Order: sequence, then structure tokens, then C-alpha cells
Amino acid sequence: MSFQDKLLDSFIAFEQEIDLQSPIHVYRKNALKRFENKGFPTKKDEQWKYTSLKSIIQRDYNLSVNRNPNIELKDIKKYSINDIDSFKIVFVDGVFNPFLSNTTHDGMDICVLSAALSKSKYKKTISKYFNKIVPDDESLASLNTSYTQEGAYIYIPKSVLPEDPVQILHFSTGKNKPLWLQPRNIIIVEENARVEIIERHQSLKSHTGLTNSLTEIYAEKNSFIDYYKIQNDLESSNLIDNTFIDQKRDSNVRVHTFSFGGKLTRNNLNFYHKGENIQSTLKGLTILEGDQHVDHNTLVNHAQPNCESHQDYKGIFSERSVGVFNGKILVDQIAQKTNAFQQNNNILIDNKAKVNSKPQLEIFADDVKCSHGCTIGQLNKEALFYLKSRGIPEKEAIALLTYGFANNVLKSVNIPSLKKRINSLISKKLGVSLGFDL
Amino acid sequence: MLEIDNLHCKIDDKSILKGINLKIKKGEIHAIMGPNGSGKSTLANVISGHEDYQVTKGSIYFDDKEINDLSADERAHEGVFMSFQYPVEIPGVTVTNFIKTAINETRKSKGLDDMSSSEMLKKIREKANLLDMDSNFLSRSLNEGFSGGEKKRNEIFQMAMMEPKLAVLDETDSGLDIDALKIVANGVMKCSNDENAVLVITHYQRLLDYIVPDKVHVIMDGKVVKSGNKDLAKKIEVVGYDWLKKSK
Repeated sequence: MSFQDKLLDSFIAFEQEIDLQSPIHVYRKNALKRFENKGFPTKKDEQWKYTSLKSIIQRDYNLSVNRNPNIELKDIKKYSINDIDSFKIVFVDGVFNPFLSNTTHDGMDICVLSAALSKSKYKKTISKYFNKIVPDDESLASLNTSYTQEGAYIYIPKSVLPEDPVQILHFSTGKNKPLWLQPRNIIIVEENARVEIIERHQSLKSHTGLTNSLTEIYAEKNSFIDYYKIQNDLESSNLIDNTFIDQKRDSNVRVHTFSFGGKLTRNNLNFYHKGENIQSTLKGLTILEGDQHVDHNTLVNHAQPNCESHQDYKGIFSERSVGVFNGKILVDQIAQKTNAFQQNNNILIDNKAKVNSKPQLEIFADDVKCSHGCTIGQLNKEALFYLKSRGIPEKEAIALLTYGFANNVLKSVNIPSLKKRINSLISKKLGVSLGFDL
Repeated sequence: MLEIDNLHCKIDDKSILKGINLKIKKGEIHAIMGPNGSGKSTLANVISGHEDYQVTKGSIYFDDKEINDLSADERAHEGVFMSFQYPVEIPGVTVTNFIKTAINETRKSKGLDDMSSSEMLKKIREKANLLDMDSNFLSRSLNEGFSGGEKKRNEIFQMAMMEPKLAVLDETDSGLDIDALKIVANGVMKCSNDENAVLVITHYQRLLDYIVPDKVHVIMDGKVVKSGNKDLAKKIEVVGYDWLKKSK
């Protein structure tokens, strides 16, 4: 039996575990039908031209989760940021772990989706938002929807400005058989509210697991969301991240994606504008080696006038690693005075490393500013000479320049301890020891 | 300290230096002047070891050792420093991290341990003070978004930190207003002593009012056509280079 068939067949067993009366169940069933019709994407799909799921879906995965993973704080501590106060939503093998988490219902909801689905007071919000931004034609999104059960649920009411960031941490213990995980996160930030979120998926043992995650983000009027994705998983783990962002007028959403690890990582990051004067920022830093593969597939749909989007993706590829950037900017006819900017710069360290960069601009409005640029190359020779003339040998000079290229992305990271953490990850990856500040 | 003997060099098959002879002793300050395109900046780059410039004939001796085959970083370790005419912007690397790496790599080449952080910090503060730079400037990315004056000041700051035996200042005065010029020149003079040497490359006499040269050389078409004392620079300021062309 193919894994696809197993997914379809297992739905009956899955239905035994969940509340069939839930208003979202009809979404699950419809989504499963869509997945059944479309199947997994293949290289024939334009958006999947440079990334093949074939070897991943030929394997077999455990769909039912390990209910009692024996895990303690010390096992996971190094994967979270601990030197600041934060909310934590921790999942282990797809199951919420209340002992390792720090959630709240005090003035806002930072908790889990299963709770929001089961309690009647959330019913209205769930039916207003659930699956409203997810397009029907994305089969991996449909697959996630069909198995919706657990994930983070974040609701920040009007004008609430939580001081502490939220960490969403998904751990996979990798015990027994490799796991197939499908977390579903919903984040709703009401008018004039804000939130900072750090998301991480981490395997604790090197079983070849796969996570097909979906996050719906709703940014209401004049809200502000800073979202940081840290992808530094073991070299055997695979991640498909589907993120859909719905922005209302005057809202500002920034997503930083740091891809340093994992075997295959696919980021589908989609922004939809539903009002004027919106700002969207997409920043990515990818540093890979070995046989790692990261594919950034972005969409910004400018559907209203006077909005701005900025995309800046940088990549450094060593050994046989592969990077893909496929960035689409879609400007509807009504979206006059759009300002859309896209940049993708890559450095190939070794001959066998590879990058496929494909900007896609579809513009139907006539009074817009759209720019895109992409570079794939080596380091600036004059800069190299400058460093060498100061006594820095070639090898160290290359490392320092590469570090500078990467580190520049951190400028816009607003959480100092996160910045420090990522800075040290970058230094480690590139073999430079700096961190000397006044 | 520096001896250049019949140096010829080319870049992309174009001959630029056509037999330069120059001798600088410890404790001396020399100035090189010359019209645009005469080969002044090329000379600075060749001394520093820029790989695009190919030496076709002649030698460069530094402390009696031929350095033609040394790479730029090896020359820096020997004590050669060039202040760039156009310092390169390096986003993402702070001034302090850059200078720390430069100093520690140079120490490493001499078999010394890294400089301690406290000593480094003390030195950075002292030299930054000398050039009237504030500490916020030091935590910015190297040269990124710096004004012309800040870039040049930063070059001399690096020189002060590296304490080279020979400093080649390639048009350090260009783009500086008079106040910045004084600060930069004052920084150079404070670092200058009997054990090191300075080679100033400039178009204008005004820098030489502050960094007073022992000798002035005029380069035209890749050769030294005239050498003299500081009065030569003053004469050029008034009458230009044409008279030297005629006498050639």
C-alpha cells in the first residue's frame, strides 16, 4: 500500500479519536477528498519543479502518536530560549505537554487548538477563522486540514500588547518508527494588538520523520506580528511548512525564516492583503551543507491599493546542498500604488552546491513599483583584498565575509536574546568566533 | 625600510608602472604626487599586494626582504598597511569585530596568543579617542553607510590599532573637510615615530601642511620624474605638472 493510500485509509481510525460533531469536521472530510483527488505534488507541478517529495513519501510513517513520550525539561531545554520570560506551547510527538509549557488564558489565549475546538466559548472564533485563508488547491494544506487535531492556538484580543514572546516548540522523539506529524496552528491578532512568535520543529533522535505543518495567521486592523521560524533540525528530518497570512488594513506582519538544518525543508509562505496600507516583510537566511535541501516558495498577493511588501532571502550553500527560491508577487488590477520589493542573494561555497532562483511577477495594475533581483555568486573580490590587507588570511577572510553577509539579516530581529542565539548559530555554522561587542 | 627597485607592473595587459625607484627609511615621511592616471594608486596597491596587479619587472624590498611573492595578508603581518582611497563596505561585520580579527590574526602569524578582551577594549577606546570617534560608530557595520569622512577616519583608526611599520595613505585627504582633515592628519602624526614610516599619496598640498614630508616625489606615466623636499609640493600647487612634462 502506498503511503498516500495509508493516509486515506487511516482516516476512519482517526475519526474514532475525534469529536465528529465539531463544526470543523466537515472541513476535514472535504479536505481529505481534495487530497484524494490531487495526491502529493510532483515535479510536474510548476511550484514543485525543483523539489521532489518522491523519496520522502515512499517511506512508511507512524500516523498514531506516542501518548507517553518519556521526556524531561533537560532533553529539550537547549532548543528553547530561556533567558527571557516567554509563553511556551510545547508538543512532543504531536501531543501537547502541559508540564513543559507555559500557557495562559489571562486576558488572551495562548493555548492549544484541541482546547479551542472542544470548548463552546471558542466556537464563534473558530468558525469565523478556521481554514478561511487556506486555498483549496494546495494538496499538502488539504492533507493537513483533513487530519486537524492539535497545534497552537493564539488569540490576542483588541489592543492587547503582550510583553513576552510566544515559543511554539514541536518535538519529535524519534522513538520506534519515524513519525508523520501534522500540527495545525491558528493565530488571531485583533485590532491594535501585537504578538511575537518563535516557532521551532526539532527531532531528538535521527529517525527520518516528516512534519507537514500548517499555520493560519489573521492580522486584524492595525495589528503587528513578528514571526520567527527556526529550522535547525537534525540532518534526517523533513519539514513542510505551510503558512497562510491574512492581513487587514494598516497591519504589519514580518516573518523571518532561519533555515540551518534538516534534510528537506519546504516553506510555503503566503501573504494575502485584505485592506489598504499593509506592510508585509519576508526575510530568510539559509545556511546549508551536506545534502540538505531547502525550498522557499513565497507568495504575496497585493489585492488592495497602497500596500508594501519586502522580501529578502539570503543563502549560503556548501558541499552538495541545494537551495530553491521561488518568489511570486501577484498584484491585482485594483492594487494601485503597490510597492513590492524582492531580493534573493546566494553564495555558493563549493562547486557542487546548487541554487535555483525564480522570481515570478504577475502585475495587473499599472501604477506600481515592483522590483526584484537575484544574485548567485562568490564573494566580492575587493572586499576580500580589503580584509587580507589587514592581515586576515584568505580562509578567515572568506569566513568573515560570509558571516557578514548572513548576519546582516539579523538587523531586523527585535528580540535581543533570539538575535544572540541566531548569531551564535551562524558563527558556529560558518566557523568564525566573534561576538565581541562594545 | 621600503626599497622599490625598477618596478614595472601591469593590469589586464596594460602597463602602468614603468620603472619606479623609491627608498624610504625608518622615521621618514614621503609624499607622492602626480596627475590623474599617473600610477599613484597602483603603486599603493602593488606595495600592499593586490593580486590584480602583476609585477613584470623589478622588486619591492621591505626590511631588506623581497616581498614580491607575499600575499596581502602576509605583507600586513610584516607591517605594511594601506589606507584605502575607497574603503570597502562590509555589511554585517562590525568595526570592532573586524579590527579584533585583524589584530589577532596578525598576532597569530607571529606565534602570539590572542589579545585579551580587556586589553583590546582599552586599545580600541584609546585609538577611537585619538580620532574623535564615538563608541556607537564602532559597533556599526564596517564602512556601511559611513560618510566619506567617517570612512577615512576609520582607516586611520585601523592604522592606529595595527601599528604598522609602513603606512601607505592613498588619497586619505580626498572627500574630507578641513576639520576632518586636521583630525585625520593629527592621528597620523601621533602614530608616526622614529621606528615607522609613512608614504602619503595625494593630489593636494594642503594635507602636507599637517603631515609634513621629508621628501616629495612626482610620478608621471609610471615613473618618478622629480624628487625634492616639501617645497616641491608647494610649487606644484601653484604651477601644476606641465613644467615637469616639458623637462622630461
